[in-house]
Amino acid sequence: MSSQTSSPEITFQPDHSGGTSRIWKIFWVLSVLTIIELALGYFLYLKSGQLSDIVVLSTKCAIGILTLAKAYYIVSVFMHLGDEIRNFIMTIVVPLILFVWFIIAFLYDGNSWKILRNTNAGSKPNQMEQVHKEATEK
Amino acid sequence: MATTAIPSGTKWWSGGKSPFNSSYGKVMMWYFLMSDAFTFGAFLISYGTIRFSVNHWADPNHVFNAFPFAGHANLPLAFVSLMTFILIFSSVTMVLAVHEGHNMNRKGVEKYMILTILGGIAFLSCQAWEWTHLLTGEHVALLTDGTLGVIPTTVKMNPWGAELDHTTMMAALQKTSHDQLIGIASTLHHGTEAVGHSISTLSNQELINEITAAPGFHATHSGPIAFGGYFFGITGFHGFHVFSGVIINIVMYLKTKLGHFDKRGHYEMIEKAGLYWHFVDLVWVFVFLCFYLV
Repeated sequence: MSSQTSSPEITFQPDHSGGTSRIWKIFWVLSVLTIIELALGYFLYLKSGQLSDIVVLSTKCAIGILTLAKAYYIVSVFMHLGDEIRNFIMTIVVPLILFVWFIIAFLYDGNSWKILRNTNAGSKPNQMEQVHKEATEK
Repeated sequence: MATTAIPSGTKWWSGGKSPFNSSYGKVMMWYFLMSDAFTFGAFLISYGTIRFSVNHWADPNHVFNAFPFAGHANLPLAFVSLMTFILIFSSVTMVLAVHEGHNMNRKGVEKYMILTILGGIAFLSCQAWEWTHLLTGEHVALLTDGTLGVIPTTVKMNPWGAELDHTTMMAALQKTSHDQLIGIASTLHHGTEAVGHSISTLSNQELINEITAAPGFHATHSGPIAFGGYFFGITGFHGFHVFSGVIINIVMYLKTKLGHFDKRGHYEMIEKAGLYWHFVDLVWVFVFLCFYLV
């Protein structure tokens, strides 16, 4: 237990007596996750144009999930948020739930714009889908 | 670091102590970082919205395929991986500095702060190289006036559109002015001075023949105009955070060296600087995802 007292407001000090093994463990976790991400990204590059949309999308989703895992380890261990008390963790984490709506709504909006433009606001068939169909039929 | 047991019956909100068991400065640093996360989030989501709204977006594997001193070798993902590992490693040295701070070990804090600062400077240097490479890059693309020209990646234009088909390319070459043709031809012969002297005497048709016969010659549509603005805007904003983080870390290093924290009896300032530094790494994880990986 460290002997320091940083502020009279603090009721008890979190236990920082552990060694650095946990830090290095998280370093390896982050490195391995990054290497997996890079491998998936390189897979998409090598196979670009040959994969079906669903495979590309699910690979990109997998990379996104690995990124969230990295974010969790950085915030929880490196930034020591995991050592704070629950009430405090909640005041940080709960507002971030806004991002769930934020991402879904805006990406949906962007995609909607694309469809409107390609179909001239729904008055003609989707040009890009037409092109895609012709390319696959050939 | 097992979770500390909270004494039962602690009245957190009755005054005299922090309800979050944390100092004012640290709590406010967290809330600042949360608001900063929303700023970065808004930028990245705006980028995603525009990217989803167009039919063709720049392919990161083509845009970011260069490596210092590797010439024109095609190395997608390589340089950005280096930048990512530099930042992860400097995050580790930062958390080790915080750890030494908990143990009141001044020499340890100094050592790890120096390593963290060096990591930050290395990252910034990488970014400077990458920006220079893009801003001075020479790629042949179809311009808005229907001719072909050599353009770099800036906030106003970029050559990262889809590949031109042969007929469009030939038609565009016929319309292209003599000076632009010389410009295109000279990009094909990097470093070969002799050719550079002779091409200015060639006629337009001879230049076109020379260009189309060159191995590996290809031209693209000009890319989505928003790409440069988003790329330089977001990586620039992140780079500015790294820069200010390095400045903060240098100040913290000097204060450690001068013994300010020993006098104060705790190294909490190192923790707060560390929070900022880890946040910079955290943002990079998402920038890396959105611009380079997907």
